[in-house]
Amino acid sequence: MTGLIPVFITTFLASAVEAIEMVTIVVGVGATRGWRSTLIGAASGFGVLAVIVVVAGAALSRVPIGPLRLIVGALLLTFGLQWFRKGIMRVAARGLAGIGGQDPHEAAEWTGPGMDWTAWFLAFKGVVLEGLEVAFIVVTFGAGANHLVGAAVGGVGAVVVVGGVGLLLHRSVRRIPRSLLQLIVGILLTTFGTFWGIEGLGIEWPGGDAAIPGLLILYVATAVIYITLERNRALGLRPAA
Amino acid sequence: MPPPFSWIVAILRFLYEFIVGDDWTMAAAVAIGLILSAVLNANHIAGWWLIPVIVVLMLGISLRRASPRPR
Repeated sequence: MTGLIPVFITTFLASAVEAIEMVTIVVGVGATRGWRSTLIGAASGFGVLAVIVVVAGAALSRVPIGPLRLIVGALLLTFGLQWFRKGIMRVAARGLAGIGGQDPHEAAEWTGPGMDWTAWFLAFKGVVLEGLEVAFIVVTFGAGANHLVGAAVGGVGAVVVVGGVGLLLHRSVRRIPRSLLQLIVGILLTTFGTFWGIEGLGIEWPGGDAAIPGLLILYVATAVIYITLERNRALGLRPAA
Repeated sequence: MPPPFSWIVAILRFLYEFIVGDDWTMAAAVAIGLILSAVLNANHIAGWWLIPVIVVLMLGISLRRASPRPR
């Protein structure tokens, strides 16, 4: 059985990765086009995500734990590997840099009366698109660990924390090292995906739950080695001065 | 494409991006690894080590393929 703390930490970090872009979009739209329509749009987006989490969570809670762990493990493993790979590539290329890019505050200003449907749609789309992956992580991870509420609290907590930072210090959100967060979450999802996938097949791990820290150490070492190799390869490709 | 079909296509596209992503060979390797682990287990051979080995190897192969090649 996976404890509540690993579930909370993993879903909190996974949610934080996507919340950085989500909050950057919402704060940017709100600052330029007005807060009322933007916040209604963002709230509508969170409403859709909440329905997805509740419906998918209720459906998964009916599946027996053995097959559920195999399905959840395989899903987390394939998804976690993508973030693991992207995290290695981005940390190797950019280190601890934030998301950068164009500041959304440079968008056109809205001065019209009533509901600004453009602001509503931009905020709604930003929340739903960035939050959909997190909703799946929260549901699958929570169901696999049998801590759906803890997973949801972790996910919502990250959005609240990143959202608070975004509202108070909107430029600081863009400096959070998203690539490193993505790598950490990728390693965590791959670790639990590996553990549950094998457990779901009815195979016993040597040492039971103690195999989880072992897998974590293996994957962290793998990340360090591949980041070093990627950096060396990039240096080797750079033309001499 | 009319709305019900375009929604289905959008959902399927999201699921493909979510599960398979940029490199389909990693998802295929995981699927094959789980099947082989089940076969090893059915033959009373320890199969827990296979997926971690596949993860480490496939990451290296995928990263090497994604890196720019020297001219």
